[in-house]
Amino acid sequence: MKKIKNINEAIEYIKPGMTIMIGGFLGVGSPEVMIDKMIENKIDNLTLIANDTSFPGVNYGKLVEHKLIKKVYTSHIGTNPESGRQMHSGEMEIVLTPQGTLVEQIRSAGAGLGGVITPTGLGTVVEEGKQLIEIDNKKYIIEKPLKADVAILRGAKVDKKGNVYYDLSARNFNPIMAMAADIVIVEADEIVEVGEINPNDVMTPHIFVDIIVKGGK
Amino acid sequence: MNIKSIIANRVAKEFEDGNLVNLGIGLPTLVANYVPDDIEVTFQSENGFIGMGQAPEVGKENPNLVNAGAQFTTTTPGAAFFDSSISFSIIRGGHLDFTVLGALQVDEKGNLANWMIPGKMVPGMGGAMDLVTGAKKVIVAMTHTAKGNIKIKKECTLPFTAKGQVNLIVTEMAVLEVTENGLLLKELGPNVTVEDVIKNTEAELIIPENIGRFY
Repeated sequence: MKKIKNINEAIEYIKPGMTIMIGGFLGVGSPEVMIDKMIENKIDNLTLIANDTSFPGVNYGKLVEHKLIKKVYTSHIGTNPESGRQMHSGEMEIVLTPQGTLVEQIRSAGAGLGGVITPTGLGTVVEEGKQLIEIDNKKYIIEKPLKADVAILRGAKVDKKGNVYYDLSARNFNPIMAMAADIVIVEADEIVEVGEINPNDVMTPHIFVDIIVKGGK
Repeated sequence: MNIKSIIANRVAKEFEDGNLVNLGIGLPTLVANYVPDDIEVTFQSENGFIGMGQAPEVGKENPNLVNAGAQFTTTTPGAAFFDSSISFSIIRGGHLDFTVLGALQVDEKGNLANWMIPGKMVPGMGGAMDLVTGAKKVIVAMTHTAKGNIKIKKECTLPFTAKGQVNLIVTEMAVLEVTENGLLLKELGPNVTVEDVIKNTEAELIIPENIGRFY
C-alpha cells in the first residue's frame, strides 16, 4: 500500500466540520506543512483536540487566528490570547481538561476502552456534570474517550511503510493520537527506506499510519 | 539574596537523594539552582522526559528539546524521553516525590487555587491538577502576599486546582505545614517575626513554642 502522498492529495482527507487531533506540545512536534495548507484551503468549522492552542502565529495557533476552529478540547489556552478572546466572545467553544486526563481520553479511544477513571479534578469544577464512581473506597471521575476523524502528527523519521520515530520532546501526544483517529496523517521531517529505522526504535508502528507527507524541514 | 532566591533555596532543602521532582513555571523553576551538591535529584518535564538540565548556551538550542513552558532546555546524563501518557502516569501514579508550584491562593485545609480567575484570566489547568493530585508531596512556593493582597486564606475563594492536596507552603516569610488541625508555623524567614506572619496571613496559624528559622 502506497502511503506517501503529496500535500494536495493529503489535504483532501480533511473536510470542514471534522474533528481533528493535532500532535505537539506548544507547537513542538507539530505538523507545519499540513497546517499551512489547511489555512490556505480555509478548512473551517473544525473541532480541534490538542494539548494547547500554541502561540499566536505558531503552528496550530494559526488555525485559531484564521477562525477555522469552532470547538477545542484542550488543557491550556494561556499562551494564545486569541483563544481567550474567542472563548469570551463566544466564537469558539473551549472544553478545558487536565492534561493527564486529556491524553488518557485519547488513549482510551484508541485502546478500545470505555473511558478514564481518574482522581484528577475531584472537588473542582472539572467534576461538574460528570459521573463519579467509588472503587475500593476511593472516589474517581469518569471521563469519556475522545476520538477524531483525522489525526495530523509529526515524526522525525518515517519509513515508507509508516513506522515513526520521534525526536526528544517532540514525541508528546503524537503516538497516543496515532491510535485514536479514523485517518492518521504523519508529516515526516525525513522519509527513509523500510528497515532504516531499527524495529526496536519504532515508536508508532506502521499499522496506525494511513498517510505520509513530506514535511518542510 | 532576593526574595525569590530565598524561597527557592528553602524549598530545595526539602529534597532527598534520589528524588524525582517536577517544578512549575516561574519562581519554582529557580529551585533547580539550589539543590545541595551532595544529593542527586532528577527533574521531570511533563511534556515528556526526566533528567532535565539547565538552559542551553546560546547557539546550542535544539527546537525539539523544550521544557513545559516551551523554553529551550538540556538533559542531564541518564535522561529518558517518553510520550504524554507515560509522563502523566509518572505524575498521577505516585512516582513523583515532589511537585513545586506557585499559587494565587492556598488555604488552611490544603486547598490550592492557581489556574483561573473567573471572568479575568482563564488559561487552563495544563498539567497542574494532575501534578497536585498525584505527587507524593505538594509544595507551594510563592511570595507571601501579592502586592499587599493576602494569598494564604481560611478558604480559597478562587476555583480550586485540587482539594486538600497541599503539604507545605514556603514563602519569604515562613514555612507552613498543612496539618489536620490547620497551618503549623514551622520556620520564620530572615528578619521576620511571628506577628509579621500573622498580619499577612488570613488562615489561623498553629504557633509552637519553638519555631525554626531559615537564614
